[in-house]
Amino acid sequence: MVSRRQFLIGGAAVPFLSYLDLATTAFADTPKDILVVAQQLDNMTSLDPHESFEAVGGEVISNMYQKLVRANAEDPSKVDPVLAASWEADAEGKVFTFKLARATFSSGAPVTAEDAAFSLQRAIKMNKGAAFIINQFGFTADNVESRIVASDDTTLVLTTEKPTAIAFLLYCLSANIGAVVEKKVVLANEVNGDRGNAWLQKNSAGSGSFVLQSWKASESIALTVNPHGPYKGNLKRVILRHVTDPSAQLLMLQKGDVDIARDLTSEQLKTLQGDPTITLVRKQIASLVLMSLNQSNANLAKPQVWQAVKWALDYKGMQENIVPLTHTIHQSFEPAGFPGAIDDTPFQKDVAKAKALMAEAGLADGFDITLDHYAAQPYPDLAQTIQANLGEIGIRVKLQSAENRQVLTKMRARQHEMALSAWGTDYFDPNSNAEVFNINKDNSDDAKSKPFLWRSNFKNDDFAAKAEAARDEKDPAKRIALYEALQREHMNNSPFVFMFQTVRTAACRTAVQGFRLGVLSEANSYQETTKA
Amino acid sequence: MTRRIKSFSAMLGSVILTLLGLTVITFLIGRVMPVDPVIAAVGDNAPEDVIVRVRAEMGLDQPLPVQFLHYLGQLAHGDLGMSVLTKNPVTQDIARVFPATFELATAALLLAALIGIPLGVWAAVRQGSLTDQAIRVVCLAGHSVPVFMLALISLLVFYSALGIAPGPGRQDIIYDGMIDPVTGILTIDTLLAGDLDAFRDALAHMAQPVVILAYFSMAYIARMTRAFMIDALKGEFVITARAKGLSLSTVIWGHAFPTVAVQLVTVLALTYAGLLEGAVVTETVFSWPGIGQYLTASLMNADMNPVIGATLLIGIIYVGLNLVADLLYRLLDPRVQ
Repeated sequence: MVSRRQFLIGGAAVPFLSYLDLATTAFADTPKDILVVAQQLDNMTSLDPHESFEAVGGEVISNMYQKLVRANAEDPSKVDPVLAASWEADAEGKVFTFKLARATFSSGAPVTAEDAAFSLQRAIKMNKGAAFIINQFGFTADNVESRIVASDDTTLVLTTEKPTAIAFLLYCLSANIGAVVEKKVVLANEVNGDRGNAWLQKNSAGSGSFVLQSWKASESIALTVNPHGPYKGNLKRVILRHVTDPSAQLLMLQKGDVDIARDLTSEQLKTLQGDPTITLVRKQIASLVLMSLNQSNANLAKPQVWQAVKWALDYKGMQENIVPLTHTIHQSFEPAGFPGAIDDTPFQKDVAKAKALMAEAGLADGFDITLDHYAAQPYPDLAQTIQANLGEIGIRVKLQSAENRQVLTKMRARQHEMALSAWGTDYFDPNSNAEVFNINKDNSDDAKSKPFLWRSNFKNDDFAAKAEAARDEKDPAKRIALYEALQREHMNNSPFVFMFQTVRTAACRTAVQGFRLGVLSEANSYQETTKA
Repeated sequence: MTRRIKSFSAMLGSVILTLLGLTVITFLIGRVMPVDPVIAAVGDNAPEDVIVRVRAEMGLDQPLPVQFLHYLGQLAHGDLGMSVLTKNPVTQDIARVFPATFELATAALLLAALIGIPLGVWAAVRQGSLTDQAIRVVCLAGHSVPVFMLALISLLVFYSALGIAPGPGRQDIIYDGMIDPVTGILTIDTLLAGDLDAFRDALAHMAQPVVILAYFSMAYIARMTRAFMIDALKGEFVITARAKGLSLSTVIWGHAFPTVAVQLVTVLALTYAGLLEGAVVTETVFSWPGIGQYLTASLMNADMNPVIGATLLIGIIYVGLNLVADLLYRLLDPRVQ
């Protein structure tokens, strides 16, 4: 008979017994042919390459599909062949002919020009978020079948609406929207004329290194090696596990339950520096932290105020104290690692100069203003420093923190005064950001197109003309020079205060070699990854 | 008989009204919140024409009453809409994530009740003693220590330092994709598959989140049990029983406790409902793919169909458990009948 005392003690011991019982279960390191990655996966919406337009999905897609070309990982001014063995443009710069290399889909079928034409046509016809990257060459649902044509099994011909710089076209085709899917498989899974969209959201039909085995939303993504693909390492599977909490990611990495942790915080990365069992793979990515000054505010519309704000901020102090491992100082609109990006950082904290500029603007006594910023770190800490810095020149800042989509929604409605936010570049060509930060054709409230500049009521026709001229310049060297000049002019004469560029770090166990981070997430690659 | 039908009709009406109210409020919050669901769906960088088209596809260009009526129409057919995030019907998503929470919540409640009720009784019997004080401190800690802190400490000690418990997740990577979901409750599915190693692994992964959730629930259950028991022990029937010379244990468990059990039913039902709505923080730290994580991820991505669907489910659970508690109340306490 169990006494009451024994029963109570037994009950209280249950939690501890439940742990001790587990001691007999083996918790071993991950198998050598399986790469396990801890990553936040909960904002991924689709794995259809012609639909997905966010970072995590883009990364997974680029490991399952191949494009005609890709940007060189080391030298951004070069484009490497992938599915296209060679290419040429006609004299006018409107007809581009691609000869395809030999490649095989995961089904075992060869990749043909017909597949490539179908894929690009599909992207245009579906017209999802990223379609603008290639429909800016004049392709529409109505004309795409005549302008993107497979002339034989290995020849693809693209005809653009206007004369086009081949560098611009190639960079755009290197984006995931240019991924080639297997026509036969996709059409076999078409439902109600959706061009296989519903099926391709959760399956794959590519020729890349990996094949989608499963995607359990907010849980895991499992990839297996494509037996016909280019992967030559010793991995058989890559499993991305959704681990929201960075602290849990760190513990799992240290215990060997995962091989790579992707979302560690600055503080956690500090603890790993010097750890012989961990390698930190770092890369500056195409995400810029900037402040936008809304020109509908009379004070913020003064060019001297733009300058005063830029000279008031302590970039170095913020970088060293708040974001030492996650951001670098960057003050131009093209991110480092992009063709034509400049690394000039002319602005530094100079209170006297900033005050003089405020006086020149007739605002020696300063003014009150609201700064909207993302609620997630490091934005609140950065915002507080900005508040203190601007306070020194008389600008009294009221901080307003909100979830990032809330801030973006407010900016889209032109309701912000100053906003601290981030901008991620869409595709690997300088035109991507040049267009975003220079072109605003119609600044009226009911404008049909509402680009980033429109949100802050900024319009500069001279900048717009220069951005378009750079985009269309056919001489690659001259094109780069035009972008460099535009960046220098823009940083001195615009209401956008570029402050930092994000640095992404993947913490890998030393057994893992060859994992590559790219400037854009779609260049993050497991193609050369091996595990000892 | 007529009175019973009337009572049942009133109860059913009240349930339907509650759920309708919940739907209206959640729907309105979803539509007036300062985040554009279209931006969440297509990304901030999407061109304006795509945003306009997707807004129309999602029906968000319609007046609010039209949107609501359309949603109610869908709801009447058991359709909770599609999730923008997962591209699945919300009902399918809920069927996938809810069993994970159910498994965790049920185990946590059982553990919490098994420990909390005897502790509460013990504290009441020894009111004012060192034992009582110690139990009160333990319970107070259960209410005041942030759950994420306790979860992280647990991971740090039992997983990282001692290595006797597995890390976050529902199962080890070697079992990934090996167990076909039948019930969605992994411990049951592994048994159905006859894979005892996978069963042990599933149990091992449950241990930490279950113990942490159970601790917080136990603190509440023990505190309430103690309060109820103290009241019961003052009752004349208890004094009479003691005067008759019955043993202390007979008096406590045979006479006082049955009166407390009636009140405890409500406490347990509410605790269970709280656990079933998804312990967001615990699920986040332990990467447990349950309804709490699903709801949070959907909310953060302004994916409103899952938010409304999951909220409705939680509402139904609350209402359902309240009804069960009411029925049990009637069974256990003849006076209510």
